[in-house]
Amino acid sequence: MAELLELSVAEAAGKIAAGEVARGEYFEAWRDAAAGDELNAYLWKAEEGAAEGDGSLAGIPVAVKDLFCTRGIETTAGSRILEGHRPLYTATAVRRLAEAGAGVLGKTNMDEFAMGSSNENSAYGPVRNPRDPSRVPGGSSGGSAAVVAGGLAPCAIGTDTGGSIRQPAALCGIVGLKPTYGAISRYGMIAFASSLDQCGPLTRNVSDAALLLGAMQGRDPCDSTSVGIEGGVQAPNREELKGLRFGVPAELSHGAIEPGVRRVFDATLKRIEDLGGEIAEVPLPHAEHGISAYYVIAPAEASSNLARYDGVRYGMRAEGEGDVVDMYESTRAAGFGDEVKRRIMLGTYALSSGYYEAYYGRAQKVRTKIAEDFTTAFDRVDFVVTPTSPSVAFGLGEKTDDPLAMYMNDFFTVPMSLAGIPAISIPAGTAQPDGGGPQLPVGFQIAAPAFAEQRLLDAAYALEQAIDG
Amino acid sequence: MIEREQVLHVAKLARLRLSEAEVEKMAGELSGILEHVDRISELELDDVAPTSHVVDLENVLRPDEPRPSWPRDDVLEQAPDPADGAFRVPSPQAEA
Repeated sequence: MAELLELSVAEAAGKIAAGEVARGEYFEAWRDAAAGDELNAYLWKAEEGAAEGDGSLAGIPVAVKDLFCTRGIETTAGSRILEGHRPLYTATAVRRLAEAGAGVLGKTNMDEFAMGSSNENSAYGPVRNPRDPSRVPGGSSGGSAAVVAGGLAPCAIGTDTGGSIRQPAALCGIVGLKPTYGAISRYGMIAFASSLDQCGPLTRNVSDAALLLGAMQGRDPCDSTSVGIEGGVQAPNREELKGLRFGVPAELSHGAIEPGVRRVFDATLKRIEDLGGEIAEVPLPHAEHGISAYYVIAPAEASSNLARYDGVRYGMRAEGEGDVVDMYESTRAAGFGDEVKRRIMLGTYALSSGYYEAYYGRAQKVRTKIAEDFTTAFDRVDFVVTPTSPSVAFGLGEKTDDPLAMYMNDFFTVPMSLAGIPAISIPAGTAQPDGGGPQLPVGFQIAAPAFAEQRLLDAAYALEQAIDG
Repeated sequence: MIEREQVLHVAKLARLRLSEAEVEKMAGELSGILEHVDRISELELDDVAPTSHVVDLENVLRPDEPRPSWPRDDVLEQAPDPADGAFRVPSPQAEA
């Protein structure tokens, strides 16, 4: 049984297709593993059924972030306001996985409506980091990262709006990929910030990430912004990095990086050079304004998207004493958590008469400058690299009283989201937190031009082999 | 600095009822976040075009053909208070 769980997704799918492993037995083994969840990582677990059908993921169980609608299966987005909600349809990304032969193993816990960097904003309690249960797994796809790192699922999918796949992957020590905006359909993904939200895989290795991306990507008539990846995605296969240039942002030092994280980052740059890659400094002068632009644009879009939760058509309703407006206000007061209220307020303020131009208008212009910075950088280098997160996993409760300190977790991941480009986080080593403590995972982020996923995965694979070897 | 009155005004626009304690806390937290965000007011952005969307898209069209929608009963099953094949809400003119 244990050997079954150690197979990579690519290996397991191969053995199942060849008839060497029975698909029912494989699914059952993972269901048993998931049943041992002590991290509060699952909100729902499959009790029966298996992965049906043939394809690249035949027989593979997948853990799905609770932001994806699954027909007939409770989907809450980590919010009280959607408690008990059973969607009438399944998200395209999940449907595509099923068409490739995979099955849903469970729905994973998350920050409410994907707003958070620690998973402490879930209405259903925080998820714990499998490497150290006193610490956060990161967020918002914290449950998806924890189940993969904790041996409770062979692979998972999540969503990334400003770092919500890459940061938890880094803090839990696994691979997390945010594809180019438009690579995968957003249909059935409960909306947070529609111009930024993107689905992606969280896996134990780069090859598995490529396999899941390949199955999910593509144009979808139900999402007019989905375009897919031309030529699809092949298994990554590259052993050196000769002729490739990796750009390190000159403004990197503007973010407060823990010394341990810095050491792992520098050691990884050295590995790139050992593999024949070239390191160059590139200016990204506006990237440091990413947090400012992001925390106007994302809340503004959220304040509009979350207007739909009004206690009328689905989800919970809090009965008031008065009229229909009183019911709306009571429902939203009781159904939303603190961070969601904060972002709705921030977004509503930024869009309100008299402030629109100063905040939303300017933030959209900063977004243009950040995208232009990357375009200029990619004229000189093939990839831009940074630490994924400025720190290793922090303690539960450590940053909950300071929203701005929490937002700074996204310092290195937000610029790529604003530019819409793909970025992957791979485990690069371990470091102690500031002030000492256990050795904890450190992620290395590699970003590429829009729709250059294949090149990105190939380079990440070569680097992964060198780090693991 | 965000004043208490502004918090109450924005909360009304957002259809959020905040408790007294939440109003106080929100004023402080929003002020702190906006103070950080205000750094972008120092940038020279006059001739910069705003970005609302990162992927270059042309109009995406499909044939305008009728097709079945969700069955009414299935949809209403998810509603907090369905009645007579519709969503029931408190009267807009209830006496407060």
